[in-house]
Order: sequence, then C-alpha cells, then structure tokens
Amino acid sequence: MNVSRWPLAGLLLAISVSAQAADPTAVYGKGGANTAAMACVTCHGAEAEGMAAAGFPRLAGLSAVYMQRQLADFASGERANPIMQSIAAALSPEEADAVTTMLANKPRPDVERIGRTAAAQGLGETLALRGAWERNIPECVSCHGPGGVGVGDSFPPLAGQSAQYLSSQLIAWRQGTRKNDPNDLMGHIARGLTEDEIKAVSAYFANLTDTGAGR
Amino acid sequence: MRTHTSALLLFALAIPAHAADIAMEDQSQIRIGTADPASRTYFQPPQESELPDNAFGKLVQEGRAIFVDTKNRAPEYVGNGLACANCHLEQGRKANSAPLWAAYTMYPAYRKKNDKVNTYAERLQGCFQFSMNGKAPEADGPVIAALSAYSYWLATGAPTAQELPGRAYPQVPEPEGGYDLAKGQQVYAAQCAVCHGNNGEGQKSGTDYVFPPLWGADSFNWGAGMHRINTAAAFIKESMPLGKGGSLLDEEAWHVAAFMNSHERPQDPRMIDGSVEKTRDKYHANDGVNLYGETVDGKLLGKGI
Repeated sequence: MNVSRWPLAGLLLAISVSAQAADPTAVYGKGGANTAAMACVTCHGAEAEGMAAAGFPRLAGLSAVYMQRQLADFASGERANPIMQSIAAALSPEEADAVTTMLANKPRPDVERIGRTAAAQGLGETLALRGAWERNIPECVSCHGPGGVGVGDSFPPLAGQSAQYLSSQLIAWRQGTRKNDPNDLMGHIARGLTEDEIKAVSAYFANLTDTGAGR
Repeated sequence: MRTHTSALLLFALAIPAHAADIAMEDQSQIRIGTADPASRTYFQPPQESELPDNAFGKLVQEGRAIFVDTKNRAPEYVGNGLACANCHLEQGRKANSAPLWAAYTMYPAYRKKNDKVNTYAERLQGCFQFSMNGKAPEADGPVIAALSAYSYWLATGAPTAQELPGRAYPQVPEPEGGYDLAKGQQVYAAQCAVCHGNNGEGQKSGTDYVFPPLWGADSFNWGAGMHRINTAAAFIKESMPLGKGGSLLDEEAWHVAAFMNSHERPQDPRMIDGSVEKTRDKYHANDGVNLYGETVDGKLLGKGI
C-alpha cells in the first residue's frame, strides 16, 4: 500500500468511500467495479503465480510501479494485447493501484543469484551471462540482475516467468507489438536475437526457479 | 557517424599539435583517432571455451571473476560499488571499450600520471587506487596475478608494443562552444536515469550494484581517468546506453559526461595538504578537460565525499 496515503484515506473513508475503497483481493479474485475488468485470478492463478502453458505471466512479487506502467501501456496499446487492453481500460486507477500493490507484496521466486562470474554453458546461459556483444546485446543479467531477479521498477524479474511468456514477449518486441520499453532498450536486443536464441534464453530463465510458473 | 569519418580523419590529422599542448596522461596520452572503418576488424581474443582445464585456466577464470565482480572477489581493495567490467565492457574483451588485450601488450610503459615507467601490475594497481577508490593489491599477490593472467590470456597472439586498433575509447571531439551542464542534465534524465537513478546513485539487486553509481561516495574518485570529461564522453559515446553505443550525438556525450563529472565524488587520494587548489595545480590543471577544483552551482568540487 502507498503508506503515506493511509492517514488521508482514513480521514476520508466515511465521506468518500468509493474512490479509496478498492479492495485488492476482490479486484484480483472477482474483478473490478466495471464488469469489463475481469478477475485477474482466472488467468494469473490463485497465488498470482501465472499459468505457464497459456503463457500468462507471474505477477507475484513484481514491482507495483512496473505493473501500473504495464496496465497503462495495455490501455494505450503501447503494449498490444487484446485481452489486457480491455481489462486495463476498465480498471479504475484506484483498483489498479490497489491490486498492483497487493501483488508486489507477494513473495518473489527464490532463485540462485547466478551472475557473470559463473561459467556459461549452452546458448541460453551464454546469452544470459555473456551477451552477444558482436551484435551489441548485453548480458541479460547486466540489467535484470543476477539470476534474472529483476532490478528496480524498470527491469522486471525474468526468473519465475515461464518460457512461453518470456519468448512471447521477446517476439512481441521483435514484431513491435510491444514497444513500451525505455528508449527501445529491449526492442533492439529482441530484434537482434535468432529464434533459437529466444527459445534457449527463455528456457534458461524459466528453469532457474522452483516456484511460480517457470516449471 | 561513419559517413563523417573522412572529415574526422582530416580533422585528426590537424590536431596533434593541440593534443600535445593538453599534455594528457593515461588513456588520453594514447594516440588514437575516432572510430576508423579501415580497422573494423579488430584483434580477436580467444574464446572462453578454449581455456585449458588446468592451473593456468583456473587462474585466468579467477581473474575474469574478479574483473566482473570486483567488490565481492577482491573486497579488501575496493572502496566503492564499481566493477572493472563497468568501464571495460564484455569482460574486457570489447574493442573501443579499453579492452585488456590492447592494454596488456603495451606495458611496461611510461605514464605521466606517476612520472615513471609502470609495469602492467602497477597499471592495475592504479585502477584500484583511483577507479575503484580502494587500495593497491600487492604486486606479487593473488589479485594482480589473476588479473594479469586474464589479460595475458586475452592478448594471446597479439603483437607487443604495437597500438592495436580498438585500444582505449575512441576520442570524441568537444562540441564547438564547449559543453553545457544543463543540456547534460536533460540527456541524463532522458537516457541514463532509468538505469543509474535520478541522482547517479546506481541501482542494486540485494547488496550488489547492478547499475553502477556514477557519482557520490560509491563511485570512482577524483583521481580516476573517468573524471576527465573528454574520457567520459569517449566512453559514453561508444558504449552508452548499454547495448546502444553510438546512439548519442557527440555533443550529447560531452554534455552528459560533463554533467556526470560536475558532481562531488570521493577525494583524489593524491590530495596535497588537504588543498583542492594545490592538488588541482599539480594533478588536474593539465589533465584533459575536468572540473576538479572548479566551482559549480556555488560548490567547490574536489573536496571529496
């Protein structure tokens, strides 16, 4: 929760219930006030662990700011996804705030923090830990952190996501259907990857975790 | 940029006299032009997979590990949040990113910085004292041994005492009319802050920096080569934003380099009598373009943090 807002919310609760009263658990489990804002749980799972086979991402433990930005970008089409576009557009700002904050406080996947000191074997791990600098592709961990655990509000965790989701995003960047990364930092990388590399690096990060949709 | 190369080459022919006046040391002492398409084929260091599985291979790997995770692998000698690989991209392999294979083969060499002929070990010690704001590892100790082995291995087959293409960072001409801190701040906010933070503080994962701090107590000190705006501009132009090197205009690289280096950072360890003025006269007055000892926004830079 946005802590600094609590005292204010408390004061205003009696007079203006609807604006501040978004219940994140209800939004997640049953959907928003607008029925077009369908329940998150249907696709993202009971514990927000995602649904690997369908490529629906884990949300548990992601940065709230990151998720709020994604919702805004789904609504605007910067991140094209027909299902999420209508849901994001139908969520009220209060609902989006509440549900992303609740999700951010859920546990992150617990993975080994493998960094650049480790040996790199195979295509996926080599990209993750060494990059492909002849194509100006940095090591994935140089921005997403060791083990792909995510860094700050702009570099989301890769660990804990399924190979299906990760590869679908790399393909979306390559095709330009996802273009909401700062300064095309991810787009130019995705466009430089081969199909085999996308598969291999997605599998690498997906298999790092033993929680969430990675397995 | 490449379309301008012939003009830059002509320009380069015209500047040696001027360059000599500046009396730069360290990377700036090195005679290098801007990126030269004729030398796009750079020396290729060996692949990691070619490393032998023996004591030598292990020492090289230890050197590589220190290079990419310096604070954790050589903690006694590191006084900030940086790693060697922050400024030497691709683990010291990348051409035009001060690759180790081009440096190793040029030592022993005279350096103005300490006015003597330096061995490669002494050159590495300098990195720890200044760029890493720490203390020099013993010349015959394990850290220098591992880093030297890694450098030596990367330089396998490279000629000694020849300036290889791709050495250091390609110089970027200073904009006509000089650099502009306000414009630099704009470039910083638009291009750099997403990784390095709004106040140059870098970003961590757990206790380790993923994105290095660019100024402040955890960054390089006032004696590091990167404190020179010309050196920082050259690095930035070639390598930043990470993976998108060459995307900034020359003047943007200068403006943002100046902005970065207009902030306080750890003291120059060579400081004389606690005096910024004396230290400036001796070590900074003829050291490229820098703001040490200058007053920016009413604050004298160089006192340390």
